[in-house]
Amino acid sequence: MNGSKSRPEPAKGSRPRASKGPRPEPAEGSRPRLSTAPRRSFVASYLNDIPRSGIRDFFDIVSARKDVISLGIGEPDFVTPWRIREASITALDRGATTYTSNRGLIELRRQIARYLGQAFDVAYDPENEILITVGVSEALDLAMRAILEPGDEVMYHEPCFVSYNPEIRFAHGVPVPVVTRRENGFRLTRPMLEEKVSPRTKALLLSFPTNPTGATLTREDVEGIAAFAQAHDILVITDEIYSELTYEGERVSIASLPGMKERTIFLHGFSKSWAMTGFRLGYACAPVELSEAMMKIHQYIMMCAPILSQKAAIEALKSNVDTDEMRASYEHRRNFICAGLNEAGIPCHVPKGAFYVFPYVGDYGLTSKDFALRLLDEENVACVPGSAFGASGEGFLRCSYSTDLEAIKEAVTRMARFVARLRKG
Amino acid sequence: MDELLKLLRANALESPKNLARMLNSTEGAVKAKIAEYERTGVIRGYQAVVNTDRLDVDLVRAVIEIKVTPEREGGFNRLAERVSKFAEVESVWLMSGTYDLLAVVTGRNLKEVAFFVSEKLATINGILSTATHFMLKTYKSNGVLMVEEQPDERLKVSP
Repeated sequence: MNGSKSRPEPAKGSRPRASKGPRPEPAEGSRPRLSTAPRRSFVASYLNDIPRSGIRDFFDIVSARKDVISLGIGEPDFVTPWRIREASITALDRGATTYTSNRGLIELRRQIARYLGQAFDVAYDPENEILITVGVSEALDLAMRAILEPGDEVMYHEPCFVSYNPEIRFAHGVPVPVVTRRENGFRLTRPMLEEKVSPRTKALLLSFPTNPTGATLTREDVEGIAAFAQAHDILVITDEIYSELTYEGERVSIASLPGMKERTIFLHGFSKSWAMTGFRLGYACAPVELSEAMMKIHQYIMMCAPILSQKAAIEALKSNVDTDEMRASYEHRRNFICAGLNEAGIPCHVPKGAFYVFPYVGDYGLTSKDFALRLLDEENVACVPGSAFGASGEGFLRCSYSTDLEAIKEAVTRMARFVARLRKG
Repeated sequence: MDELLKLLRANALESPKNLARMLNSTEGAVKAKIAEYERTGVIRGYQAVVNTDRLDVDLVRAVIEIKVTPEREGGFNRLAERVSKFAEVESVWLMSGTYDLLAVVTGRNLKEVAFFVSEKLATINGILSTATHFMLKTYKSNGVLMVEEQPDERLKVSP
C-alpha cells in the first residue's frame, strides 16, 4: 500500500451523523432498576480451576512500594535498537497503517526463512510454513488449539514460563509437568520423559534456554528427546524465544535434527534478542498441514500482526542489527550476579542462557514466597518466588539480571545482608 | 576487541574486583592486564565524557579541514605531529577525501580560535589551506548521548 495512490484520510467532520435534531428524552420511569432476580455466574467453570499468575500477585505487592530494586523483570533492559525503531517510524511516515496478509508480510517471512536457515539450520517455506503472530504467546495458543482434542496430554518441563500450564488447559488439554532438578542444571533428558509418557500424550513442549532457570540442553539431550518423540509418535513444540541468548555450549534446535521437522512446531519471536517486547511480534513455523491449521485459527481471531511491528522486524533481520553487544552485556552481568550471590553464600548454579539466575534459598525455613516477601519488606529488593513457575520451583528465587549493573550490585549487597541476618536467626 | 577493554571503554571507573566478576576472572589477573595495556600504550588515558553545553564556561570548539603538501620522507606524519603538539588542538586525524588532516581546536572564544588558525596553523610551512567550522551544540560524543533517552518505565515484575 506504499504506492503513489495513497489512500486519502477521511476529511474532518465527514463522519455521518446518526440522526439530526435533539435526541429524544427517555420516557419518565423507564430508567432500569437494580434487579434482584437470581443470577448465575457467567464465567466458564474451567477457568475457576486455573489460578491467577503468581507473577501477577507479586506484581501487585511490589507496585505498591517505592524505590524498589527489582530483579523481577522478565524483559530486556535495552530500548529497541534505533535502526529498528527508525524503520517502524519511517513505515508509519509512509502510511503503513493497513492490515497485512493473514500470514504476515511476505518480505518478513522470507527474511525469517533466511535467518532460520543460517542461525538454526532449519528450512521453512515462507509461502506456507511460516506464520507471523502477535508474540510467541499467540503462537503457542494457536499451536495448542490446533493440535489438542479434549483430554490430550501435553508434557512440559518445570520450573517453566508461567503461561504453559494455563495455555494447555485453555485448549482443554491436560498438562503433564516433568520436574527438572538443580543437580543436573535443570536439563531435560529422555529417561525423565519415559517416566511420564502415556497413550494420551500428544505433544511435548520444550523451552530452552528456560525462563526461569536459564537451563540449556546438550546435543545429546536434544537427540535423546528427538528419539523419544519419534518412538512414541509425539509432536514437539519448541519455544526458542531465548535461543540467541545462549552464552556457552552449542545451540541445537530439535527442529534441525533428522526426521524432526515434520513433527515439530518451531516458535520464535523478536522480544528478547532484539529487545522488542512491546512490538508483540512472534512467529510459528511448521509443516504445511500444521501451519494451515494454526492459520485457520489465526485468521479468525487475530487477522494479522500489526504492520508497524512487522516492518520493524524486517529491519531487525535484514540489517543484521548487531545483537552481540547486548548478549555480551547480559553475559557480563550473569557472571557478576552468580559470583556475587555465591560469595554471599546463596548457592547459585551458573545458567547457560536467558537472563535469569535461579538461586536456591530453601535452607532458611521459609517458603520461596515468604523469602521473597521478607526480602522485599526488609531490603526493598524484588525477586520472583520460584513457586510462581510451578511447584518444583519451590525453594528457589528467580532473579533477572536484565537490569543495570549498578542496581544488580546494590541488590546483591542487600541480599547478602539479608541472608546473613536470617542465618543469625 | 578484548572484553576487558570494552568494559573499560564503557566505564573506566569500574573496580578491578567487579570487572573480574563479570569476566569470570580474578582481581589480580584483571589488574595485571590493565597494567600491561597501560605499559604498552594500548590504553592512553582515562577521561570523563563532559557535556560542556551544560557548563557556564567560555569554550569554543571548531573542526578544521587542513590541506597539506606531503613530504618526500614520512608523508603526512611530520606535519600532523607538528599540528598535534599545540595545546589548543584536541584531536587530529589523517583523512581520505578532499582534505588531508582534520583537527579539533578549542579556545575561549571565536576570536581566539580564529587567531590560532590564521596565525599558527595556516602559517606552517607545508600547510596549503584551512577551512574552519565552529561547533554549535553536542548531541552525542564518544558513544554517549548528551541527553539520555527517557524510555517508558518497565513493569516492576513481569513474566
